[in-house]
Amino acid sequence: MEMVLFIVLGAIAIAAAVGVIMARKTVYSALFLLVNFCSLAGLYLLLNAQFLAAAQVIVYAGAIVVLFLFATMLLGGGEEISNLKSQISKNYLAIVLAVVLFVEVGYVVVSGTLTGTQGSDTPEALARVGNVQAIGKLLFTDYLLPFELAAVLLLIGIIGAVVLAKKKPNTRYPISNTHD
Amino acid sequence: MIPSSYYLALSAIIFVIAVVGVLVRRNAIVILMCIEMMMGAAGLAFVTFSRYLNSLDGQVVVFLVMAVAAAEVAVGLGIILSIFRHKETTDVDEINLLKW
Repeated sequence: MEMVLFIVLGAIAIAAAVGVIMARKTVYSALFLLVNFCSLAGLYLLLNAQFLAAAQVIVYAGAIVVLFLFATMLLGGGEEISNLKSQISKNYLAIVLAVVLFVEVGYVVVSGTLTGTQGSDTPEALARVGNVQAIGKLLFTDYLLPFELAAVLLLIGIIGAVVLAKKKPNTRYPISNTHD
Repeated sequence: MIPSSYYLALSAIIFVIAVVGVLVRRNAIVILMCIEMMMGAAGLAFVTFSRYLNSLDGQVVVFLVMAVAAAEVAVGLGIILSIFRHKETTDVDEINLLKW
């Protein structure tokens, strides 16, 4: 049963990933991205990471994909024109490079034996307190500084996005002149 | 229980597909999406190792990466928006101001 779920979710994730890069329109790419993130959330559930699965759906599928859709609709999701001859050779080069990268990563996965010190958060221990409580405790003790820094980073991100996307007074599209 | 190497292989496949997307596509928004997909693939590897090592540290890292990804997307789309205002395109081949 677990294996069937893994294969189905993995196949959906891979197909959606291919869809993101093959889709001619940006909106379709964003929707394929949504499918990819949702199947990743399912895989997190299979891996016993319930909190992350929920966060994945809320943050990625809820916030990030919506942001992509907003940007696409603001900029107009036009189709790409692939007329350049150099583009085709560039594509082949890209695929060759990707295959090389995949062989490298695959070699490490297949040949390398996984080592490392085992921690104390076994599935039995987690079942007693619950995944969310265990992660929360870890976030507010061992990872308190990164957690606070993430908050500052998000604040900087908000300010940066507003500053970058704000309409400047002397741009090509003045807002004030259109309605008077 | 599914072996960890299956998850790692899946993570590698998604990562490589995203790399192809970054190299092949020329629409800046799609490139940003592919970067998000890479982060998702890396997150899957982190959670896999978290299960393998019986440690929650990997899951905390993925949670923090989500915050970074959200900030990155907000700023990245802001940059694309302001480039679009100047050049009226999101094609990365057209954005060659620094090229000589």
